[in-house]
Amino acid sequence: MNGPTLDFSFLDATARGSMASKHVDESLDAIDGNMHECNFKAPAVEDFEGFQREVINYVKPNHGTTTLAFIFEHGIVVAVDSRASQGPYISSQTVKKVIEINPFLLGTMAGGAADCQFWQRNLGIQCRLHELENGKRITVRAASKLLANTLYSYKGKGLSMGTMVAGWDLNGPGLYYVDSEGTRLKGQRFSVGSGSLFAYGVLDQGYKWDLTVEEACELGRRAIYHATFRDAFSGGTVSVYHVGANGWTKVTGDDVGELHFSYYPATPVDDVDAHCGGEGKKEAEARAATEASAMET
Amino acid sequence: MSIMSYNGAAVIAMTGKDCVAIASDLRLGINQNQTAAVDYSKLHKIHDRLYLGLTGLIADQLTLAQKLKFKHDMYELRENRVMSPKVFGAVVSATLYEKRFSPYYTEPVVAGLDADGKPYITSMDLIGADASTDDFVVAGDNVESLFGVCESFYKRDLDPEALFEVISHCLTSGVNRDCLSGWGGVVTVVTKGNGTFTRTLKSRMD
Repeated sequence: MNGPTLDFSFLDATARGSMASKHVDESLDAIDGNMHECNFKAPAVEDFEGFQREVINYVKPNHGTTTLAFIFEHGIVVAVDSRASQGPYISSQTVKKVIEINPFLLGTMAGGAADCQFWQRNLGIQCRLHELENGKRITVRAASKLLANTLYSYKGKGLSMGTMVAGWDLNGPGLYYVDSEGTRLKGQRFSVGSGSLFAYGVLDQGYKWDLTVEEACELGRRAIYHATFRDAFSGGTVSVYHVGANGWTKVTGDDVGELHFSYYPATPVDDVDAHCGGEGKKEAEARAATEASAMET
Repeated sequence: MSIMSYNGAAVIAMTGKDCVAIASDLRLGINQNQTAAVDYSKLHKIHDRLYLGLTGLIADQLTLAQKLKFKHDMYELRENRVMSPKVFGAVVSATLYEKRFSPYYTEPVVAGLDADGKPYITSMDLIGADASTDDFVVAGDNVESLFGVCESFYKRDLDPEALFEVISHCLTSGVNRDCLSGWGGVVTVVTKGNGTFTRTLKSRMD
């Protein structure tokens, strides 16, 4: 099996000639033209889909995730959690789910960790080649389409990715949702992963176009925090990035273990018996009070 | 995923010197990933010196807890004395095996002091195969992690305060590797001479 069969020869630097310098030509030759056409060997089985179903359990860690990104007046905020899980087991609390493609482009990671890491790194390569060929930075629109095309060419092969490509180009801020089914959506607000619905709740409620950078970062952080609280498969730390005209900066990275108690200072649960089938303290007190007043009358 | 981990739970019981401790996390999950409550103890008081911890499906936990409490209270009225932990363990086991072919989806932990103040702990599978030990027992959807920390931290003949520290650390560390349990904990320590104390634990809330 020789990877995708789509014809990408029109992307060949040599075929387009003229614009690329000799130096660039050589570097392109050295890495053999279509960089994203990696020739992965297919398994030597007759029933590929049955084989996929059988082995999928070994290659799908990091299914629980919450990531979000939104465009506002002063750029884009990208916020993510950092938990990797294999079933109910927490395999890591310190995963880097924002992938820094280049100083102006960020990708987020949901689904298969290896798939996201590999293909976004691959996207980084393609974006760099685009820069060398054209002498200017790639647009977010083009970058996201490169990734979407790559993923579409592997459709049905079992890749698992739900990713957002966020960045700043000559058109200003750009944000796209791209997944391994081949979907590519342009939008202002996205959240991806098992905790995405929880994050959407907070995000949609607090979103305004004219947020300040600080307010926007806080909104992103809060939305991810609430998702880590409600979603069993999200947690660890909340990382917040801001993308502006001068590229991205990492704003904060907060451990949820501490963040929770800074949002909600600990109050001891003093009524732990309430759920034990019997009455809790408050119910017992309430009953004692009503009984006492009943006896008085 | 198994119905035993639909709601998520972690329960530990440990023996000390003339005392016994039982601990539970506080999360109640639904649809596996959704955290519905974070003040849900899985410990049930049977009498002053006997506690029952139940893991597994919440619906069956409640049914079984009420049934067992009923059986205990009827015994108490009939015999004019409370059940010893060992007898109660046998009742739990028999009650579970009654449903051999349509079991309650719950794994119980029993912890208590008998009339002489001797600690007794036991845990069972969902059809009542009990395995009484003299050190610690764990139950829940992530027993591997709980066993790991308990094997490391447990020491024999601890006094109540030290036992509280150990069981608290075991619970909070153990659930840190589990998506489906945690969100705080509760510990009850039953002592021979100084009654019982219950404390809630602050822990990671993710």
